[in-house]
Amino acid sequence: MPDKKKISIALKRGASCVGCDIAVVNFSEKLFELLEVADIVFSPTLLDVKYDDLRKMPDKSITIGLYHGAVRNSDNEEFAKIMREKCQVLIAYGACAHLGGIPGLANVSNRAKIFETVYKKTFSTDNPEGVYPQTEWTDEKGHKLTLPEFYDEVYALDDVVDVDYYVPACPPTHVMNMQILNLIKGWVEGKLELPPKGTVIAEEKTLCDECPRNPGKGKKIKIDKLKFITEVEPDPEKCFLEQGILCLGPATRAGCGAPCIEANMPCRGCMGPTSKVMDQGGSMLSALASIFGVSENELELSEEDIEKFVSQMKDPLGCFYRFSLPKSLLRRVVQDE
Amino acid sequence: MKDNNDKLNILVFTCNWCAYAGADLAGVSRLQMPTEFRQIRTMCSARVDPEFILYAFKNGADGVMVAGCHPGDCHYIGGNYRTRRRMALLKLLLQQFGLNPKRFRLEWVSAGEGQKFAQVINEFVNEIKELGPSPYRKKQEVKHAG
Repeated sequence: MPDKKKISIALKRGASCVGCDIAVVNFSEKLFELLEVADIVFSPTLLDVKYDDLRKMPDKSITIGLYHGAVRNSDNEEFAKIMREKCQVLIAYGACAHLGGIPGLANVSNRAKIFETVYKKTFSTDNPEGVYPQTEWTDEKGHKLTLPEFYDEVYALDDVVDVDYYVPACPPTHVMNMQILNLIKGWVEGKLELPPKGTVIAEEKTLCDECPRNPGKGKKIKIDKLKFITEVEPDPEKCFLEQGILCLGPATRAGCGAPCIEANMPCRGCMGPTSKVMDQGGSMLSALASIFGVSENELELSEEDIEKFVSQMKDPLGCFYRFSLPKSLLRRVVQDE
Repeated sequence: MKDNNDKLNILVFTCNWCAYAGADLAGVSRLQMPTEFRQIRTMCSARVDPEFILYAFKNGADGVMVAGCHPGDCHYIGGNYRTRRRMALLKLLLQQFGLNPKRFRLEWVSAGEGQKFAQVINEFVNEIKELGPSPYRKKQEVKHAG
């Protein structure tokens, strides 16, 4: 139970699309219930506040901090640290803060390559002198201007600061927000204890476990041809994998309420892996490769035939690690001379 | 596995029924093999989760080999059919991660093929020696944010 009757909440974003701020609005009418027990004291998207307001707050004066977005530059890192200082409980809210998310896919490249594309190679860019953004610049009158430093690699929030809880998904759904609301309300009213540090506020099983299309225990799935959602019109009731459509359900944490499945879209894995596996991509790779059908003439197949067969899976890195590359085992793409 | 850069870290997974017995035969036949590799025995090559291999590379492996029974000879009937699909897909993934495809190898070695085991290990270790340490090993020395 907190020491005050009414707690305070701060929202801060890092490398994010601001979708998570909108996800807070997706508390819908229940937002008022949240506001009965909590004041939102800092949120650049929702309130007229300045960064200095946050800097000036005393340490640990904010009860709960929600940080969303990945850590992409020095500004993100600085504010992640400030949030950690000012908040008693820091929550990584959304897939980017949790696992790196979509911005984390930049780990297939690096700063030099990204700068070259953005500031030199793009069709609409005219930069014959090859000017790149500088972190510091002083004009003739002595005014100093600064820009954050762009990192070579994208990090998740817990790579730079200590994180108490994680709320996955891109963005966190209404069902998950309600779980947070009940937790916060119960805690403020003294009815509930906060979960142990490091808890991911979702389920411990995979999405298939709560999927309405799960064909049932014991039913074996076998696919001969892999299809992508962009190429086919899926059956609205049958399991996607049964239809040969790539769905990350077997390797993804449950708890989102399966809204994508309901909208006839396969899972893309934004909830990240369950705590039982080390790596979402590796887990999905095993699941997918295991249902590639074994044929009658297996013995006649050479390793090259098998390689050709599995190469139906285009861009395995991008599909298996869409939201989790910075928190995967290998973290980023390297160059092997 | 995080030791100095001069010594290579080469990991070989062998299945209990074929490849491990093959390695054993190579040993008792006193065939010459390099000493740079470390072997882990699993009951079946299908027990080798692709995650194990990613984990090995993360922790500084310079090369990983998986050896199992020839297709059709699996002690568990079809374990190696799963293995060959998983490993083929993993190979594509490792290539996307930027690793040289030579750093990862899948081989079929029967219990009677001591000669083949020695030959494959010699080839593999020499290839890894030519490639040198894995870029993921060098990466660990780079400064981490924060």
